[in-house]
Amino acid sequence: MFGYCTDPSALEGLAWLACYLTNGKHLTAYASIGTVLLLLAITAPTALTFGFVGASAARSRIAPLRWLGQGYTSIVRGVPDIVFFLFFVIALDQAFEWMRHQVLCPDWNQPVRQGNDFVVCAAAKLPLSTSPQWIHEVYGFFLAVLTFAIVFGAFAANVLFGAMRAVPKAQLETAEAYGMTERQTFWRILVPQMWVFALPGLSNLWMILVKATPLLFLLGVEDIVYWARELGGTKGRIFDYPHPDWRLWYFLALLVFYLSLTQVSEVVLARLTRKLSRGQATFAGEAQRKAAT
Amino acid sequence: MKSTLLTAVAALLVAGSAMAQDMVRMGTEGAYPPWNFINDSGDVDGFERELGDELCKRAELNCEWVTNEWDSIIPNLVSGNYDAIIAGMSITDERDEVIDFTQPYTPPDPSNYLAASDSADLMGGVIAAQTGTIQAAYVAESGATLVEFATPDETIAAVQNGEADAVLADGSFLAPIAEQNGDLMIVGDAVALGGGVGMGIRESDGDLKGKFDAAIQSMKDDGSLNALIEKWEVSTQW
Repeated sequence: MFGYCTDPSALEGLAWLACYLTNGKHLTAYASIGTVLLLLAITAPTALTFGFVGASAARSRIAPLRWLGQGYTSIVRGVPDIVFFLFFVIALDQAFEWMRHQVLCPDWNQPVRQGNDFVVCAAAKLPLSTSPQWIHEVYGFFLAVLTFAIVFGAFAANVLFGAMRAVPKAQLETAEAYGMTERQTFWRILVPQMWVFALPGLSNLWMILVKATPLLFLLGVEDIVYWARELGGTKGRIFDYPHPDWRLWYFLALLVFYLSLTQVSEVVLARLTRKLSRGQATFAGEAQRKAAT
Repeated sequence: MKSTLLTAVAALLVAGSAMAQDMVRMGTEGAYPPWNFINDSGDVDGFERELGDELCKRAELNCEWVTNEWDSIIPNLVSGNYDAIIAGMSITDERDEVIDFTQPYTPPDPSNYLAASDSADLMGGVIAAQTGTIQAAYVAESGATLVEFATPDETIAAVQNGEADAVLADGSFLAPIAEQNGDLMIVGDAVALGGGVGMGIRESDGDLKGKFDAAIQSMKDDGSLNALIEKWEVSTQW
């Protein structure tokens, strides 16, 4: 990074620290903060979509759809996260490869399962083993987003399901009395009003999601917790920048990062609650109306 | 929603179709210096990096390095996420039932105990080891109380903070640590464990195993393997 970093062993004090904190490994670690934030930014809306679809299905009048929605929420909520991340992801990956295998290699005559091995033809590999490393990383990231979305979507579905039922019946009946169809009542009356009831539950989910990112390393995505452990570990003389066990300092930095992220979330969520309460038939909405007059 | 999902699946199904046989992905842990570690520029480095690159050159393979957690290193191999494990893995019967090994590229590296004091009770005390290693299996049978940790670093930390009386690990991993920490020392006798260190390959991948076997043999024959072992101080010579 800096010109004087060419010979780390000759450096001392602040110069050493400056070079140490800007070596290639640290730069990769800083980039992983971006990875985590990007994952959160993509996963949150995706999980919310899964949750919304799940909740709508669970309250559907068509029985099979309802079973599907209820089954999704109860099964996924009951399975430990770590099981999802260790086994479900490998199974998902194998399912994709198996589908590609069926399409791309119809005249393959060996079994796909050979003892412990899962063998598909080279063209069905996902990503192809010839792909550059970044494609493998993007694919791992995609699997992570999908898994997070499925797991957190189930919790969100349960929250939204409850929120939909919390909207006062009188509101829906009034809409019906005005001659709105069921679809119109759902989209114009129910959905706009349910968010304020869903928000406390959803904000809890968001906080848990923020802290769940270390599970990423199980999928080969290197997140900030992995790097804190790796960078902080004792570095012997074969490293350019040897140092004793510094994990405490790295984990303190992590603490600051997570606490700031929590603080920012709190502020944003408080603002959102205020905005969503406006004009609602709830205590908060009523209080706002009174304050305004 | 449904249509976007279908499109995504369709895109996955047709994505790319070119292929070349000679691309080999090498899986390692990246947390076990001097065998394998992530160097200061963020790349995989160490004895096995240098050895693997040389083996790939001799076998005329195009190799790519990936890191994976030790705990899931075998499941990811058999599932096809990479093609070979080169991570200081000792050849044992239990592992051999699940995957295949090439011929060993280092003789068994004698394992040592590292403790905070001379008087540590190695046979009846609390001994730390990394999960799923031959050392962990040995401690479990020796009569001592075994505490397992996911990474090698944590096993050392356990001895430093008094949680364990000693740690059992490869001598080559412990030697530099004992040298640097005044309060840690190698105690007791070295223990010979396992049948040497080899590369793990899927059982269905006989071709690749053959190529690496031949490459390792050629490095043993011309003495370059011994030179590498000496340079990184990982084990005894052939």
